[in-house]
Amino acid sequence: MKIHEYQAKELFRKYNVPVPDGNVAFSVDEAKTSAAKLGGFPVVVKAQIHAGGRGKGGGVKLASSMEEVDSLANEILGMTLVTHQTGPEGKLVKKLLIEAGQKIEKELYLSLLVDRATASIVIMASRDGGMDIEEVAAKTPERIIKVYVDPLMGIQGYQLRQVGFGLKIPPAAMKQFSGLLSNLYQFFIANDCSMVEINPLILTSDDKVLALDAKVDFDSNALYRHKDLMGLRDLDEEDPLEVEASKYNLNYINLDGNVGNIVNGAGLAMATMDIIKNAGATPANFMDVGGGASSEQVENAFRIILADDKVKTLLVNIFGGILRCDIFARGVVDAARKTGINIPVVVRMEGTNVDEGKKILNDAGLNLTSAVDLSDAAQKIAAAVN
Amino acid sequence: MSIFINKDTKVLVQGITGNEGSFHTRQCIAYGTNIVAGVTPGKGGQKMDDVPVFNTVRQAVEETGATASLIFVPPPFGADAIMEAADTGVDLIVTITEGIPILDMVKVKNFLVTKSCRLIGPNCPGIITPDECKIGIMPGNIHKKGSIGVISRSGTLTYEVVDQLTKLGMGQSTCIGIGGDPVNGTNFIDVLEAFQNDDETTGIVMVGEIGGSAEEEAAIYIKENLTKPVVGFIAGLTAPPGRRMGHAGAIISGSSGTGAAKIAAFKDNGIHVCENLGQIGRICKEVF
Repeated sequence: MKIHEYQAKELFRKYNVPVPDGNVAFSVDEAKTSAAKLGGFPVVVKAQIHAGGRGKGGGVKLASSMEEVDSLANEILGMTLVTHQTGPEGKLVKKLLIEAGQKIEKELYLSLLVDRATASIVIMASRDGGMDIEEVAAKTPERIIKVYVDPLMGIQGYQLRQVGFGLKIPPAAMKQFSGLLSNLYQFFIANDCSMVEINPLILTSDDKVLALDAKVDFDSNALYRHKDLMGLRDLDEEDPLEVEASKYNLNYINLDGNVGNIVNGAGLAMATMDIIKNAGATPANFMDVGGGASSEQVENAFRIILADDKVKTLLVNIFGGILRCDIFARGVVDAARKTGINIPVVVRMEGTNVDEGKKILNDAGLNLTSAVDLSDAAQKIAAAVN
Repeated sequence: MSIFINKDTKVLVQGITGNEGSFHTRQCIAYGTNIVAGVTPGKGGQKMDDVPVFNTVRQAVEETGATASLIFVPPPFGADAIMEAADTGVDLIVTITEGIPILDMVKVKNFLVTKSCRLIGPNCPGIITPDECKIGIMPGNIHKKGSIGVISRSGTLTYEVVDQLTKLGMGQSTCIGIGGDPVNGTNFIDVLEAFQNDDETTGIVMVGEIGGSAEEEAAIYIKENLTKPVVGFIAGLTAPPGRRMGHAGAIISGSSGTGAAKIAAFKDNGIHVCENLGQIGRICKEVF
């Protein structure tokens, strides 16, 4: 679960990870009040959306007077910000972070994430702050410092020094930097983060170290033990159909194509999207109803996909294991009765109780095309699309 | 021969009295698996059908001589259950549970370094040696005894592959789902090595998906160490970057973990690539 920069910075403050003074604002008036509280100029007006690349998209600007705060807040609030991460449709800006400007001496990069291969927490740091770190890693990997922390031991003093000296932190700021990194690690562990990224981390001309940006992603599987963090979820940042699907524990992702699909199991669902593509069409979604879906979940999966106007045809691919085909078929029949299915639907069903499932679908007299196997399903989808 | 399990494997089930635990225990027994014990803290002394239930894994192992554990406990207790099993010295732990926090698994994985057991999963369908032993939730009837080894990060996708193999007359030596989580126990390379050393296995099907770099590492291992033919498939070529595709580990981060990179690694290292799932049985028939 992602959160906004202003929320991440509020959490950082609690863990004594230094950040600039600042406040969130939901209106132009609030932006001006926040700026006044900071007691001086320049201040930075920052759009708060989950996607990165806000600066380049025109969502982060410097104001050197209250008049500028007024005009910039007016400009950015309500704008549709397009960045490389939002997609071409962009994202509506509904809140701002108003922050004290800083005297930046040097921009650095610092992040913590879980490393799959070593099952440890990896600290990544670089003197090339403020840049796209992927690009730095690809072109100049020697400019990235990586330190792996044993999760059973926690972060050690020598590791803090390894990162600090690697970043060439000046002696006057070293103690403060070590504190920041140590506290950031505690924050990461205590809140079940999957990623924390500060880009840039800045050195000021008076030898202070501050997190100028803050990106935090929490492990959704661990949120059950962090009830306080759940309140930070911002449904405005999520697709409404995806929010609806999450209520029924359906793994659903809305995509650009026009062939809807309903599948059980994540791997098979991904492979089914690929099959649609191979057939010359494009998938409208990813939908995994899960290994052991109930007929109610199946019914809701149909309802959610059919609510999506761009879906022109639907491929259903079920390999019954735990999810029995008869249970699935009942969900399909219920969905057809309640919402009506008015687009071509190709059903491919295999596995546990498949004959019973097929009988239920046949007896219901629904207008479905059945496919005998995946190749057949792909051909029938291609025919339906063209 | 087969790998990791056979007809002599004695299995205990952690979380045997829960809905999923009891349902799948019955399915395993019906398949012929030798389930010797169950564990549910606080329900020691009871029975699940004819299976004795114990309070702790240690008691269950001491009383029954179980050598493998199958875990169905809810995700908040998953890490603890794995460590409890590992601490008793069982050889194999198969964890079906989906949704264990990643930092819990990071700790477990480091805890296991000092233990002698093998962990399969979590978030996996388990392992089956057809006609001998099934420790997992896969439908047993689609499998057929034979000489193809199957390894996958997925559940139903593996069933699809196995079903096509069986229908074309290619039986399986052992099928293993290593799970869809980013941090898991047994990895592709562990299983590839075991299949290479298994006399009964003559060919291998490897089913990967987007996220991480396990497939790329496995591809290099295959080129350097395997003499048996491998057919590879990758799911998620059409997945958008930055989104988790159902499995916690199936996510493209920036430019890493893409399906295209994995397919390229397969091709570079002599693996027979299947690009269309509907054709995987036919391609295996040609290659094997």
